[in-house]
Amino acid sequence: MTTPHRTIFTLSGVAWLCLGSASALAASPQEERWDMLRDMYFSGRAVEDAGPLLSLEAPKRANDAAVVPIRIVTAPGNGVEVTAVHLIVDENPVPMAATFRFPHGDSPQAIDTRLRVNAYTNITAVAETGDGRLLRTTQFVKASGGCSAPALKNAQLAVARMGKMKLNLPDSIVAGKPLTAQLLISHPNYTGMQYDQLNYYFIPAHYVKTVSIRYNGTPVLDMQSDISLSEDPSIHFSLVPEEQGTLDVTAEDSNGRVFQESWPIRANSGS
Amino acid sequence: MAAAATFLGSSARKAPAGVWLLVCLLWATPAPADPLPVFEVAPGVFVHAGRHEETDAANAGDIANCGFIVGDDAVAVIDSGGSPVVGHRLRDAIRAHTDRPVRYVVNTHMHPDHVLGNTAFLPDRPEFVAHGNFQAALTARMDHYRQAFEAETSPAAAAEVRLIPPTLVVAERLELDLGGRVLDLVAWPVGHTDNDLTVLDRRTATLWAGDLLFMERAPAIDGSVLGWLRVLDALAAEPAARVVPGHGPPSAPWPDAAGDLRRYLSRIVEGVRNVQAAHGTIQQAVETVAAEEAPRWRLFESYNPRNVTAAFAELEWE
Repeated sequence: MTTPHRTIFTLSGVAWLCLGSASALAASPQEERWDMLRDMYFSGRAVEDAGPLLSLEAPKRANDAAVVPIRIVTAPGNGVEVTAVHLIVDENPVPMAATFRFPHGDSPQAIDTRLRVNAYTNITAVAETGDGRLLRTTQFVKASGGCSAPALKNAQLAVARMGKMKLNLPDSIVAGKPLTAQLLISHPNYTGMQYDQLNYYFIPAHYVKTVSIRYNGTPVLDMQSDISLSEDPSIHFSLVPEEQGTLDVTAEDSNGRVFQESWPIRANSGS
Repeated sequence: MAAAATFLGSSARKAPAGVWLLVCLLWATPAPADPLPVFEVAPGVFVHAGRHEETDAANAGDIANCGFIVGDDAVAVIDSGGSPVVGHRLRDAIRAHTDRPVRYVVNTHMHPDHVLGNTAFLPDRPEFVAHGNFQAALTARMDHYRQAFEAETSPAAAAEVRLIPPTLVVAERLELDLGGRVLDLVAWPVGHTDNDLTVLDRRTATLWAGDLLFMERAPAIDGSVLGWLRVLDALAAEPAARVVPGHGPPSAPWPDAAGDLRRYLSRIVEGVRNVQAAHGTIQQAVETVAAEEAPRWRLFESYNPRNVTAAFAELEWE
């Protein structure tokens, strides 16, 4: 892959003449970083501003750099489906935090999750549309520094509980009405930067890599993730329940360990 | 700085030009300033009270309590200060009070405001004493600590910062004999951090609690809020008359001194549980939980949102 800086350097003179608005020339460090990430993850494809189809909420300041809550909301419409959203922490060592794929790209989706933030950074969400376009929105987040380095607070507990899952549902569930559920998967999500002092080595990166959520056998959400997702990954997602149903979750980590769990969901009759 | 300036002023009248040049050269290097002021809270137990501020170039990381205990044969340093400069000033304060050698440097946990002064004691070749989890916790965070410290102070101030591995690890309990004076060290389960260590001086019934006790300055939860409350229960049974907090006055009566901290941590737990029971979000918890505690703590706005966030992630696994 050509490094983006070299590309910018060699093309800049031409771009200045031909395109006028070559953003790379006067780009901020954030935009330069983004150009590199776009080359890396999207092979330099055009990425448009998202507009109302995609929004991203994140705190302006990370209270705990290990647990930065973010929310992505898609608003498909006018025949445009949003089939996937990529979540990127631009300045992290592994910027791509997660990709969420929505089997129901025609209906609006809201996803909450939590990120590790290593430094002051843009957080970027990129949506894929059914007609093959890429839509981007970003928000700048300040990490609070000091003691809040994104490391594990309780390293032993994180290992002991690995693979356990929890599902939180609302108190009242009505068939046919969308609900928001929270899935928690206990996993240390080792970044590769944690140290094992008994054995004197850095613990290799070890993290939740895929999560597949199905309801009554039909896919609801698929996620691919990496080390920028917080310890004990948390995902809020939407679901339309029937009167009787079962939610199945399968997760696999980077060491090939597979974790599975099922929950029955009972809904009140909607009529 | 004031004491050194006075000293220079009194000798300046007779100083020839060469001496002045030397003085200026020394002044330009990040050499230690005056000895840290210390308070003798009990016979042979000396404490310096840090400021309730964040680290910056002016305070050079002098934001946590640190000090030393003097026995018949040796000195134990308990926490070394938040920078090499503070460590040098603490070492100067020790030399002003005793000629016994520094045999131990005890770190109560891995936070930078308590350990970055360790380098100043390398010439004494002491045992560096810490909890079994200390090195792992510090190694995982050291790059962040170093970068933050450099950003808050200066590259020159950060140049001497080193990660010094412990040479003596406390698995559960350890006695240190300073000569006619025995210190009881206890390594606690996860609380303020996952590597909290306390020191009890038997002779004066003084408990050195490290950051398991915050007073006045807003606490920081970097371990487990439930664990911290459990450790405070156990600590209340320690046979101590007074305590040296990690942040706050040089000493206070034990166990009464922990009242404010217990109340704050309990409010965090109760408030977060209430938000979770109502299916609320982290952001909602941050905006409401423990808000009534704001007037009681310095730097509250800098720490409470983080504490609530950390407690939220912990308590949803109850």
